[in-house]
Amino acid sequence: MHDVLTVTNLRKLYGDTIAVDAISFSVQLGEIVGLVGPNGAGKTTTINTILGVLQPTSGTILIDGVDLSKHRSRALQCTNFEAVYAPLPGNLTVVQNLRIFAMLYSVKNISTRIEELLQQFELDRFRNTKCGVLSSGEQTRVSLAKAMLNSPKLLLLDEPTASLDPAIAQEIRAKLRDFSRAASGGVLWTSHNMHEVAEVCDRVLFLSHGKILLEGDPKRLPREHGKNSLEELFLTVARQPLTLEGR
Amino acid sequence: MSAKRTAAIVLRQFYLFRGSPARIFPLFAWVAIDIVLWGFITRYLNSFTSSRYNFVPALLGAVLLWDFFTRVMQGVTMAFFEDVWSRNFLNVFATPLLISEYLTGLILSSIWTSTIGLIVMLVLAQGFFGLSFLGYGLFLLPFLFLLFLCGIALGIFASASVLRMGPAAEWLVWPIPAMLSPFAGVFYPLSILPPWMQWIGRVLPPSYVFEGIRTIIAGRPVPRFDLLMGTSLALLYLALSCWFFSRVYHHVVRTGLIARYSAETLS
Repeated sequence: MHDVLTVTNLRKLYGDTIAVDAISFSVQLGEIVGLVGPNGAGKTTTINTILGVLQPTSGTILIDGVDLSKHRSRALQCTNFEAVYAPLPGNLTVVQNLRIFAMLYSVKNISTRIEELLQQFELDRFRNTKCGVLSSGEQTRVSLAKAMLNSPKLLLLDEPTASLDPAIAQEIRAKLRDFSRAASGGVLWTSHNMHEVAEVCDRVLFLSHGKILLEGDPKRLPREHGKNSLEELFLTVARQPLTLEGR
Repeated sequence: MSAKRTAAIVLRQFYLFRGSPARIFPLFAWVAIDIVLWGFITRYLNSFTSSRYNFVPALLGAVLLWDFFTRVMQGVTMAFFEDVWSRNFLNVFATPLLISEYLTGLILSSIWTSTIGLIVMLVLAQGFFGLSFLGYGLFLLPFLFLLFLCGIALGIFASASVLRMGPAAEWLVWPIPAMLSPFAGVFYPLSILPPWMQWIGRVLPPSYVFEGIRTIIAGRPVPRFDLLMGTSLALLYLALSCWFFSRVYHHVVRTGLIARYSAETLS
């Protein structure tokens, strides 16, 4: 398995404020990596730099071996994302949005690919509905369908199940697990739902104050740090990060 | 450059227009009102003048050309504003789309929206007020092209300004053509302006169009130098506006403003 994402010494400063502090990590093909941490830890900043919409102060990002800073378009060709704060334009229908983004990602056989995704994400009955009138859960499914349009090597998900009901969220998690297990791509997944992270992720990175404090298997990591669950470990990271630094 | 990615920007505009009468109506309504209003004004002025001077080509023709220039600019900015209004920057700029492809998409969108306005104006001006642009011969085309280049350059500059200053700056964009018109000599020769205004007028490409049109109406030869000068300036401004947009884009990516665009500033 090769790395689909390699982040090395990534640093982002806003004036004197350090948002991301020289972090390094990688995501392998077929792997789901959880990026967790309290609000303001630097998760979204990290994702935005990988998406090319935020320039890091220093550090390198390789997507499937392509340097994002030097070959932005080529690197983003094999990337896609879904984020709850980036809904698709509400004044276009589901199919119109998917078609436009399929063209932007240079997808081949666009109509066939859109039909596959409409079925896969159970969006067929909304195909001609404007995205703005869909429920937040339905909009999330449209955004996930958009994120899968180009069968990305690297999929970035920023709280993908935040607005979904438990049943749909479980289905979506299963679909994304299938996607990674088929070794179609690697996934970087942020979430505040620790049960979800424990269930889905192969590896988890705990981010606090822009630094990676802990890294490991989400099923073993709590015990390694004397905690009963990932949630308990998260609370320690959020409230007493200094007790974990240097471990 | 990818034709497919550029076409996506144009297709987005097509979908929006197809599903929205509120977007289609302004394409021709305001220019039609302008032509009707100025058509009757010129007719009224002609009834007062005993000389053979005809106000129709001088005034109505000028209104038509100025409206075309304005529509070209607005064609670019409207296509750009769609991304502002739908908060779509994060989705669009996280794709492989290049800035050159994005700008080309905006320009192509402007071509068909401004062409609709131009056709409506030509039909009304000729059908109701007897303004025949065919009388200008083939030289009308380079004048129109010059105005098109200038409208595109101004549209890209205005879009970059909104990208840099935030959504509220949209209200600074709409009056730009009105602010330029006194200096561009749309209705009068530049020589009537005070010297400082003439200097400004001479660096505005549209002023060469209107001076040129008046020269042709007066029966003098086509001012090739004016045409060359205006086109050179328009091409220069187009290059500068694209460079400015690219600079602004890199600034908002560096500062993170593009990911938090609705905040307008990061302070």
